[in-house]
Amino acid sequence: MRTTKSGRLLALSLATLLAASLVQAADKVKVGFVSTLSGPNGALGAEIRDAFNLAVKLNGGKLGGLPAEVLIGDDQFKPDVGKQLFERYVKRDKVDFMTGVVFSNIMLAGLPEAVGEKTFYLSPNAAPSPIAGKECTPYFFAVSWPNDAYHEAAGQYATTKGFKSAYLVAPNYQAGKDSLAGFKRYYKGKVAAEVYTKLGQLDYSAELAEIRAAKPDVLYFFLPGGMGINFIKQFVAAGLNKDTKLVLPGFGADQDIIRSVGDEMLGINDTAHWGLDLNNAANKKFVAEFEKEYKRLPTVYAAQGYDTALLIDAAVRGAKGNLEDKEALRRHIKEAKFESVRGAFKFNTNQYPIQNYYLREVQKDGQGRLVNKIVSQTPVLANHGDAYVQDCPMK
Amino acid sequence: MTWILFLEQSLNGLQFGLMLFLLASGLTLVFGIMDMINLAHGALYMVGAFLTAWLADMTHSFLWGVLLAVPLTAVFGMVLESTLLRSLYRRDHMSQVLATFALILIINEAVRMVWGSDLALSAPAALSGPVELLPGLKYPSYRLLIIGVGLALALFLYLVVTQTRMGAWVRAGASNRDMAMAMGINIQRLFTLVFGLGAAMCAVAGAMLGPLLAVQVGMGESILILAFVVIVIGGIGSIWGAFVGSLLVGFVDTFGRTLLPHLFRELFPPQVAATAGPAAASIMVYLLMAVVLFIRPQGLFSRRS
Amino acid sequence: MNANPSSTTFTKPWLWCLLMALAIGLGWLMQSQGMSFYLSMLSRMMIYGLAACSLNLILGYGGLVSFGHAAFVGIGAYTVGILITEGVPSGWIGFPAAMLVSALFAALIGAISLRTRGVYFIMITLAFAQMVYYLVNSVKAYGGDEGLNIRMRSDFGFGLNLKNDLAFYYLVLLCLALSLWFMHRLMHSRFGRVVLAQRDDDVRTEALGFAVYRYQMILFVLAGAIGGLSGALMVNQQNYVNPNLMHWTQSGVLMVMVILGGVGTLAGGLWGALLLLTLEDVFAEYTVHWQFYVGWILLAVVLMAPQGLAGLFKRKPKGVGHG
Repeated sequence: MRTTKSGRLLALSLATLLAASLVQAADKVKVGFVSTLSGPNGALGAEIRDAFNLAVKLNGGKLGGLPAEVLIGDDQFKPDVGKQLFERYVKRDKVDFMTGVVFSNIMLAGLPEAVGEKTFYLSPNAAPSPIAGKECTPYFFAVSWPNDAYHEAAGQYATTKGFKSAYLVAPNYQAGKDSLAGFKRYYKGKVAAEVYTKLGQLDYSAELAEIRAAKPDVLYFFLPGGMGINFIKQFVAAGLNKDTKLVLPGFGADQDIIRSVGDEMLGINDTAHWGLDLNNAANKKFVAEFEKEYKRLPTVYAAQGYDTALLIDAAVRGAKGNLEDKEALRRHIKEAKFESVRGAFKFNTNQYPIQNYYLREVQKDGQGRLVNKIVSQTPVLANHGDAYVQDCPMK
Repeated sequence: MTWILFLEQSLNGLQFGLMLFLLASGLTLVFGIMDMINLAHGALYMVGAFLTAWLADMTHSFLWGVLLAVPLTAVFGMVLESTLLRSLYRRDHMSQVLATFALILIINEAVRMVWGSDLALSAPAALSGPVELLPGLKYPSYRLLIIGVGLALALFLYLVVTQTRMGAWVRAGASNRDMAMAMGINIQRLFTLVFGLGAAMCAVAGAMLGPLLAVQVGMGESILILAFVVIVIGGIGSIWGAFVGSLLVGFVDTFGRTLLPHLFRELFPPQVAATAGPAAASIMVYLLMAVVLFIRPQGLFSRRS
Repeated sequence: MNANPSSTTFTKPWLWCLLMALAIGLGWLMQSQGMSFYLSMLSRMMIYGLAACSLNLILGYGGLVSFGHAAFVGIGAYTVGILITEGVPSGWIGFPAAMLVSALFAALIGAISLRTRGVYFIMITLAFAQMVYYLVNSVKAYGGDEGLNIRMRSDFGFGLNLKNDLAFYYLVLLCLALSLWFMHRLMHSRFGRVVLAQRDDDVRTEALGFAVYRYQMILFVLAGAIGGLSGALMVNQQNYVNPNLMHWTQSGVLMVMVILGGVGTLAGGLWGALLLLTLEDVFAEYTVHWQFYVGWILLAVVLMAPQGLAGLFKRKPKGVGHG
């Protein structure tokens, strides 16, 4: 929360300059960072923020050679609050880039503000299907992965493993729908049930009773943040972990969840585009520095936040500090000439990533800690884009 | 719907209802005797949960966390009552609404300043697994504990209200405050005690529900509304009404959340069923209240004369 | 905080004209200085002010403590939002529709609620508002929980582009002025006098031969309609609406604005809105814990309020007092 306070002080000093004409971005890079920093899902936003700040710090406080100023705001998991923060940073503080949002519904509320003022939004997480397809915009870049992707990989894995029936759970919002649609796209077995819970729901006793009665081969759910933690804990408390196999999307079994749930997570399989032990130089540096700075292991959210900062750095460098020429800047962002922690990275025509997705498993590492290890260097889905790119008119 | 499913959902409904009762009982007493709308009642629940989480972390014991937090919250409640709230009794409901609304803001932010916006609270490790009640029905042991605690406290409250002198005063005050005062009951002290008791009940609910939900700033507001619905259904000032009302709301909500979506899923595609179901379930509770008010405007067991 | 609508502010129409002129001039000044962000902020405050004033109609003048007023604002907002999404961007259709739909809901809710008294009235209005909230939440076609983004603002023709912050500001100012003038005329009519009478003592008013219920219903519906108007403006201002707008806590916020500004005064809601929102913004610049400070200020206002506030409610209005 310290960062929020200093972020606000920065915003205050900026406010006193309101009578001035448009701030020329040539002397520094201003980034507006809006994320969920409080409440049961606050840990996710904190991960992205911490990693983003780390990248900037390791870069000497600069992005693309220019001093970086990061304005940080908490959307409190509320779309209207997020939208107002977007409006403030874009219209009043005239930032050069917006980033940070975890949840798709909040991002969708704030994005029009950025697009309206021709400010680029680089998403370190939310990447819903409408923006990949029909509603794509040149001002949106997904630096994480298309919302469906982890789930498509999981569906592929479930098919390969031969699970006959699957019970699906997700919260009822755009990303939730994308997730189960993605799973079903690649899962060829029978769907026992498809249940949508209320976004932010924390008590799953009713749903768990239903799952017990349905007796599926595999349970697949998408419940980010505090929702997932509660679900798994209650799942274990109800004794269901003994009867039902659990497969999860990558962040559902990530370090933050592992820290909260503990040993019950051993053996759970999940799919993701990145893992702690992914073998490349950028990742090794990232994991080591993150652990040194924050005394904890990073999650996929952190990896995405870090990559976003590196992308901005590369783009500003490529544009040689000229942030006014939006077309040129866009080209440089799209080129994505940076060393990503996930290895190979490139943007599709709809400005969503094309990359590999791996199978991971929760195991104990050399030091006895619970970590997600990449089971096989052969990806479950290789050079995978998304299912909506053909609907997007951008070339 | 199998028998196992029905049983499990019934237990869920019972668990939820009992926790609601802990909140509603304090609220109905305060409203019934002191005639005060206290919007900050949910804040006491939140403070109880935060204190439990903090103390449990410090003492490494869930039990100690609860045992210490409950009296602390009661004291906090009594201090609040004797300083700020006392000046509100004579005031109209509008002023009470505004003042307690302001209190919510203050207490929420104060908690955030001291502890941050959320704290982790886990159930004791011994209770993190299930108990096999019947073949095929494994119910989380922690929830069984909640049911046990809820029933015990309900019984305790019943005994206090019916068998003790203080209980008699409470019933007199709820029935007719002015008359009770005229009969020589020390109203000031009674009010403070009742408030403290209410705060203690809230704290227990907060501590018990903390591991299931999330201990976070603002957790009081969502449950407060249901508590108000409960006391309106049950009748203001009646503990028995609060009990019956809580169980009613608990069951209607739980079954509504599962039966209706089940039904809707048979009839509609999953995404429509997903929202129409829970929406209908939420509306059911308010519908229930509207129906009760229509048939018996003063609530089911009102003791107001 | 005055109880009588014939208070000093009303008897000085030139003061109101001056305020209006100042407001018009301020808007133009801000636009020319490139402070359009603040212009949009001011518009937002005025819209809340309008919503609060509509609540004051039933709360301050009618003595009806309704905890569900935010529902009407939300209904108005969604009406316009849905119309624009479905390809009917005309403001000439949207705005009246918003007011009509809100009025309809007010009629429905009022018909049932106004038959109750005391705290039950408060609870029932709250219950109905929550029902509307859940209902709207469940309609995924229009965003549900995520809310509804609208691509353009209402179109009133004549080349008027509401995307322009100044143009929109003037629209809000116009709606506010018209509404306040209407409420002023209303409360100074025979209707208004009966309303005030029943607020002070409804039993006696009934005994004098007035059908109190009917007067309350009309008042409730009018308040709902104006609330709907503020909602129509709000969805335009934010280009977005979500069900949270109708949550009971929002009704609470409106109530706070009315009480801060002065219950039972014509523009009390407006001043309260300006004050509360400015306090919020100012404090938010310095500390993330601004709600703490705003809470203390509110508490101070209540505890140390001049006799006016207490005096206003000493006479038993509906929803207040010992049910």
